[in-house]
Amino acid sequence: MERNPMGRQLAIMRQSLFDQGYLDEQFIQLEELQDDANPNFVEEVVTLYYRDSARLILNIEQALERKPFDFNKLDDYMHQFKGSSSSIGAKKVKAESTLFREYCKSGNGEGCTRTFQQLKKEYATLRKKLEAYFQMARQAGPMETACRPK
Amino acid sequence: MVVESGFSSPRNDAFPAGLRVLVVDDDPTWLKILEKMLKKCSYEVTTCCLAREALNLLRERKDGYDIVISDVNMPDMNGFKLLEHVGLEMDLPVIMMSVDGETSRVMKGVQHGACDYLLKPIRMKELRNIWQHVFRKKIHEVRDIESLEGIESIQITRTGSDLFDDGHLVGGEDTTSVRKRKDAENKHDDKDLSDPSSTKKARVVWTVDLHQKFVKAVNQIGFDKVGPKKILDLMNVPWLTRENVASHLQKYRLYLSRLQKESDSKNSFIGMKHSDPPSKDSAASFGLHNSMNVIQDDVSNDTSCFSVNNLLAQNVDLKGHEGNRKGTTSVPVSEHKGALPVDIPDPHAAKSLEISFDHSLGSVDSGINFASFNSTNAAQNSWSEIPEIQFKQECESLLENGFNQLPLPGSQHHMRTEYLQPAASISSGPSITEKVASSSRIGVKPLYDGYRRNHVKHLSPTEAVELFPVQSKNQTLNNQVFEPISVTTSSMKCQDVSLNCLTDLEFGQRNLNGGVGIPLASLTGDLQVCWLQGDCYAMNFGPQDFECTEYNDPAEIPFHLYDAPRFDHEHLSDSTEYSAIDQGLFA
Repeated sequence: MERNPMGRQLAIMRQSLFDQGYLDEQFIQLEELQDDANPNFVEEVVTLYYRDSARLILNIEQALERKPFDFNKLDDYMHQFKGSSSSIGAKKVKAESTLFREYCKSGNGEGCTRTFQQLKKEYATLRKKLEAYFQMARQAGPMETACRPK
Repeated sequence: MVVESGFSSPRNDAFPAGLRVLVVDDDPTWLKILEKMLKKCSYEVTTCCLAREALNLLRERKDGYDIVISDVNMPDMNGFKLLEHVGLEMDLPVIMMSVDGETSRVMKGVQHGACDYLLKPIRMKELRNIWQHVFRKKIHEVRDIESLEGIESIQITRTGSDLFDDGHLVGGEDTTSVRKRKDAENKHDDKDLSDPSSTKKARVVWTVDLHQKFVKAVNQIGFDKVGPKKILDLMNVPWLTRENVASHLQKYRLYLSRLQKESDSKNSFIGMKHSDPPSKDSAASFGLHNSMNVIQDDVSNDTSCFSVNNLLAQNVDLKGHEGNRKGTTSVPVSEHKGALPVDIPDPHAAKSLEISFDHSLGSVDSGINFASFNSTNAAQNSWSEIPEIQFKQECESLLENGFNQLPLPGSQHHMRTEYLQPAASISSGPSITEKVASSSRIGVKPLYDGYRRNHVKHLSPTEAVELFPVQSKNQTLNNQVFEPISVTTSSMKCQDVSLNCLTDLEFGQRNLNGGVGIPLASLTGDLQVCWLQGDCYAMNFGPQDFECTEYNDPAEIPFHLYDAPRFDHEHLSDSTEYSAIDQGLFA
């Protein structure tokens, strides 16, 4: 991977995602699942995640518009969202989800709203980064697809 | 034969590869990931995102899956509810998953019967190990069946002490049996506990009588057409609920299918069970004197068989055995290979025998003991020669007979094989003969060998001998047990066979490995152990022996089931006959 400048760049990009806390171990698990049978597994999973979680984000948003807050419902939605986010290792997003749920449990509506905004930001940031990452991976060639340095 | 319609053998010897997993999760991302992970573990994966869909799949193909992994939070149905349903209807191990690892949630999962609770994100290494739950359940099921059978044949198996107490057949020495009994009981309880539905209801004790009614009903209806409602109606037991029958039917089916599978893949498994035959136990239980030695080789296995046979023998061979036994008794002692009175398989081993044997036959104890005898006698090597399968078959048949009574297919078989082999001389009971026959035929070696080996080491002549006597004591009990066993024996023509067995004990001995000292004679008269039957049968008798004319109670025992394993026996000509008989009976 180091031979190819693109590969090197890809590796750097990948590493920074981990270093900056955007991704955790789970992402590596996905990478390890990628094989000849599913050469684009990671990207497929991420795409699936963003498609499915968009629905959940929408649900939460709508629930936050109904006053007073139905904390149980909010907690439920966020539980689902958190579970989904854990699938790709979206670390920061997950952290915000946990915080959100804590506010729900304590009935802190303001905390919920605030946290949700932060969550959406992280969610969007991660998406952009991953998109750039996969694009780079494709450019770098099949050899450079994200894979754990052996 | 296929025990159950729709049954598809999940995996062969490559276990756990090929494990059939059903994954239920409403999160598509996780579903995709889990599917990939499980596939990487070489498991066979089916995914679905709705609980109802999962239940449909499970109901459609009973026995089509080995394990279910389900998320806790699902839109259409609570994961715990699904868990309950699966436990009640299919009795499959269920693993729960959730991103929420709160203690209360986990506790709830366990209470509802989850065998494990995984936290998301799930690592692949966690999934790799899920096969252990399938395995564990198998073992427990076997024990459950044994305990069920034990209940019925309580008296029989117990080496002489308190077998009857809890109805669990505990072979081997008292300690062992007590332990077994306790285990069986616990198993029974555990099983109930694990089944959410059962915890809420009073536990139904499936006594021999009750089970026989059940089997009778099943046979009347036709195994392929059974349903809990139909069975319940036929059984005409007012206090019994449809649910009780359903869960029992499930167990029964699993039991049968396990029998089916035992022959191929359980060998190793079973061997494990019997790895350490309690020499003490066996000896003690039977109290078979030298004659038991004959059986020694297969003692571990045989014991179980033996006991079973005894049970059966009682029913079947009451008349024949007496005479035979006497004849046999004299034979065995001398025939014994090493004049090992009775190598009682290791208590541990004996126990294992018991386990399988007892449970199924209820006479496990006796069977085990017997087996121990056998095992000890026969040199270890001789054991290997003995077709373990036979033993298995025997066991299986026994199992089939009384579902409860028959020893566990897997372990049982081993016991039986061993038992049978030398058992030729022992005409302990109809079942035994059958077993012997089958075991010799099948040659379920792996387990048997291991089992036997264990037994051999541990069995001590004296112990072996004890085994036998115990049987006698249990005879009365055995009688009951025999009933179901008789089914198997019937094929063996216990009575006739036993006679033959007896006479052929020596023959059997010669053939088998060391023959089993026919302690039968020494066994109290009541014990109509047709143990030899099985063995003798295999050896000397032709198909004719097979027809269990004596079979007294065909109704209860699923002949075909019993017979199934026997098919493997090459030289068991009558197996065909037997199967035919079984088929007819069963259908």
